[in-house]
Formats: sequence, C-alpha cells, structure tokens
Amino acid sequence: MREFNCIGCPRGCLLHVEEVNGEFVVTGNTCIRGHDFAISEMTCPKRTICSSVKTVFADVPVLPVRVSADIPKDRIFDVMAEINKVMLTERIGRGDVIIPDVLGLGADVISTSDVLVREEIKITI
Amino acid sequence: MKYDVIVIGGGPAGLAAAVSAHDNGAKVLIVEREERLGGMLKQCIHDGFGLTTFGEKLAGPEYVERFMDMVRERSIECSLQTFVTRIDKREDGFDVVTVSAKGIEHREAKSLVLATGCRERTAKQVFIHGTRPAGVFTAGTAQHYVNRLGVMPTQKCVILGSGDIGLIMARRLTLEGAEVLGVYEINPTPSGLTRNIHQCLIDYDIPLHLSHTVTRVFGRDRLEAVEVCRVDENMKPMPETAERIDCDALIVSVGLIPENELAESIGVILDKHTKGPYADGQLMTNVPGVFTCGNALHVNDLVDFVSASGAEAGRNAALFAGNSRKTVDMSIGKEFQYMVPQQLDLNSDNSKITFWFRSARVQKKSVLRLKVNGEEVWKKNYLSLRPPEMQEIKLDMTSFGIDESSAVTWEIEEVQA
Repeated sequence: MREFNCIGCPRGCLLHVEEVNGEFVVTGNTCIRGHDFAISEMTCPKRTICSSVKTVFADVPVLPVRVSADIPKDRIFDVMAEINKVMLTERIGRGDVIIPDVLGLGADVISTSDVLVREEIKITI
Repeated sequence: MKYDVIVIGGGPAGLAAAVSAHDNGAKVLIVEREERLGGMLKQCIHDGFGLTTFGEKLAGPEYVERFMDMVRERSIECSLQTFVTRIDKREDGFDVVTVSAKGIEHREAKSLVLATGCRERTAKQVFIHGTRPAGVFTAGTAQHYVNRLGVMPTQKCVILGSGDIGLIMARRLTLEGAEVLGVYEINPTPSGLTRNIHQCLIDYDIPLHLSHTVTRVFGRDRLEAVEVCRVDENMKPMPETAERIDCDALIVSVGLIPENELAESIGVILDKHTKGPYADGQLMTNVPGVFTCGNALHVNDLVDFVSASGAEAGRNAALFAGNSRKTVDMSIGKEFQYMVPQQLDLNSDNSKITFWFRSARVQKKSVLRLKVNGEEVWKKNYLSLRPPEMQEIKLDMTSFGIDESSAVTWEIEEVQA
C-alpha cells in the first residue's frame, strides 16, 4: 500500500493505493483525475515541466516554455538539458513549437508567452 | 480625460476587472506602472493556472495573456509605465493624478477599481540577525532573476518559509542545477498547498523542516552560511538546536501582504485579518465608488479566484450609480483566519454573493454555519479545512431575513470523525 497526495488540483487529496490481485485499487480521491493520477504514479509517474529558453533578444533574454504533454518523471533532467541547449533566434509566439517531440517522448517543448511578438497595447495620451 | 471606470493595476485582477467593466458599458482605463501588462504572472512560468476559468492547466503567462488578448480585442485603453501618485475625491467621482514619461496628468472617473495586488514580506520583517550580505532574496525576486532575466541567483541555497512561491522556486532552482538544501518552516504545518509539497519538494528529495526557522545570517559581502534552529511550541528558537548551514543564498517565502497604500490615502478602511479593505457583496469599500479585488482584497491561493473577483468588481464599478447604502456587518468566529466580503449592502442585489474564507488552523471534519440573530439559516460540511486552501461559497443572501439590525455571524465547528 502506498499513500501520496494528488497534484491534479489545489485540493491535494491524500490517495491510498493498494494492489489487489494484480490490480491497483485507489481510495481517497474525490474525482476521476485522482484515480488516474494514482494509477499513473504506480506504473509510470509523469510530470509537466515548465522552464525557459535563452533568446538572442536583449528585451526578452528568456522565453517561458513548457512541454505540451506530461513526460516520464525520470526523464525530467534529460528534457531540461535539451531545453537548456536552445538559443532562440526567431521571435515566436505563444503555443509555437520550439523542440518537436523532445527526446522522442511524444511531447513538444512549446512557448507559453507572446512576449517576443506582442506589440504592447498603445500608451494613451 | 474622463472615464467611467479607472482600473489601477494591470495584473490578472485588473485585466479581468477592465474587461468586465467594458462589457457592462463603461469607458475604461487601465493604469499600470510596469512596461508590460500581466503583473506577477509574467514571471510565474510554472503551470496549474486556469483550471477553473478555462478548464486547462496553463502556465502563468499563457493564462494572463488570454486576458490581455481580451483587453486588446476590446481596444481598452492602457496607460503603461504610469504611477498613480494621488487620488482626490470629487463631487461626481475621482481625480486620479498620474506621473509617466509624459509628466503629471489628471484623469477623471466615476468609479475606481483598486487592483494593486500584494507585496512579499521581506527578511527584514521576520527579524533575522547578523550582517547584511548580498544573497538574501524574497522568493519573488529570485523568480524574477531566473524566469525573466535568465540569471541564476544561487548555486546552493536555503529556503525560509513554505509559502507556495518558495516551494515553486525550490523546484525551479533545482531544475536549473542549483542545490536546495532544505525548506525551513516555523509553523508545525506547511504554508503552501499540499500538491506543491508533493510536486516541488518530495519529487526532488528536498527536505522540509517544520517547526524550524533561520535565526542568523553569516557573510560580509556575500552570504556564506545561515543558522537554523528548531522552535518550541511558542515559536521561540531553541538555541541548543542551532545548526550552521553553508550556502550562498537565503530565499525568503514568508507571506504576502495586500498593497493598499493608495486605498488608505482616500480613506478606505482595512480589515486587520486580511490587511485588505472591508468590502460589501459587490466588492465596494467603505468609500462609495471605490472597488477592491484580487490580492489587494485578500491573498488568494489561486489566480482563478483573483480573476473572478476582478470581474465582479469591474462589473459593479461599471454599474455604480451612487445609490445610498444600508450596510450590515457580518462577524466571524475565531476559527476563521478571515472571510470576505465582510458586510452586505441591503440596497444592492444580494442574490448571488461569493464568499471566500480560510480557517485559522488545520481542522478535520467541520461544519460551516451561517447564523442570523443566533438562528442557523444555512450550513455546509467540509471533510477538512486547511489554512493554505481558500474556500469559496456562492450564496443567495436574500432569503435569510437579514435586515439592518440583524446580527449575522459565521461559525466553524469541528465535528469529531
């Protein structure tokens, strides 16, 4: 039996997982996300990572990024190494792909901000 | 220039307020002191924002840029790099004095939304002894360095306080290759959300030391070490437990305080529990026409609540017509850390009032009760209540027979499981 907190929402339910006849039985969750998280945590724990990539632009030295889908928890630092190799030379927008299918994990590294392309809203008189 | 509503602050609360005021027919101006809209979310690059508002788990910039897009689509005026230096009450509204590159300007509005956010408590405010070396940062400052400037402020650090920003920064610094030696929390329970303890500390084997605090810093030019101590049940450090930890930075995450200097300058009365204004169900302060929202009202755990209160304040600011008020105060038991809003205006529509509250301490199975003149009129059961987790309730307050002379009280009772 294992116990851990769900990270699906701020409620942070304390999940209990027991293996019964080769199957995981989850209790303590208050929604389906908790159940799914518990199973994934027992079989192949996954996480999102959010970070930033360096750019050549003086006004925005780093651009925030994240993975487009959860990646295996034990590959987090491998993906971080890939993210830290990037030096962005193009002004790309929110949602644009920076590293497609990073390390073959089925997730893209995408931009999470328009800051490089955003024309700031006009300053009024 | 004349406006219906001036929104002070261009973060998530102010943007939502501006959009909602505009959609309710108002001519709106947003005044923002930074060169970009978005407030603190510009540097909150972690995900988990927007679960309630958009049904998605977004990074901070993604979340707030959606509101910036709404502001742009509506061509709402924004005055960036502009400070409000004073506000004067006029017969028919307010004169807002600003200073920017263009000089000093006067702008008039019928109503105001104060969306000024909150500020971090600093190391100075928690009385740490020792020298004054470089390397003592608030969590938000460390976050600004890493996420906006792309500069690492530390290679090996200790974090004081288990607030959410501190936990988020523990993970962020670890991801970028720094060594986070431990998080020290003076309270016997964590201040941050449970999920952040799990995904920011446990995932990265960062130790959390409860009932511990930092008592001293060492180092002349740059921080060289800190002294940590266990505290007794009265939160007094026990000198015999002192331990010296070598590190190059101390990151302080010891709470946030609503920013209400402007509000106070025009006579807005603050609640000592929230450090934000007393507000009625429409989020109007005691000064008619002045509305409050977001982290200026109280420190929220989720940005979704910040935007929701902004939208409510913006709508009511747009609809403000200067009607006379008939207010009744609501009181809370000592089981509460706080509750907002704190009063009702019986001349306003109270059919859809949103309340937010936090318990003062960790409680197991509990009942929240609303009493009018000592009689229970409404209740709700909770499996548990924890101070870091804000609770939201939406209520029709018109059906409880509340009048000006009513004693309206909120109580929490812990029931044995």
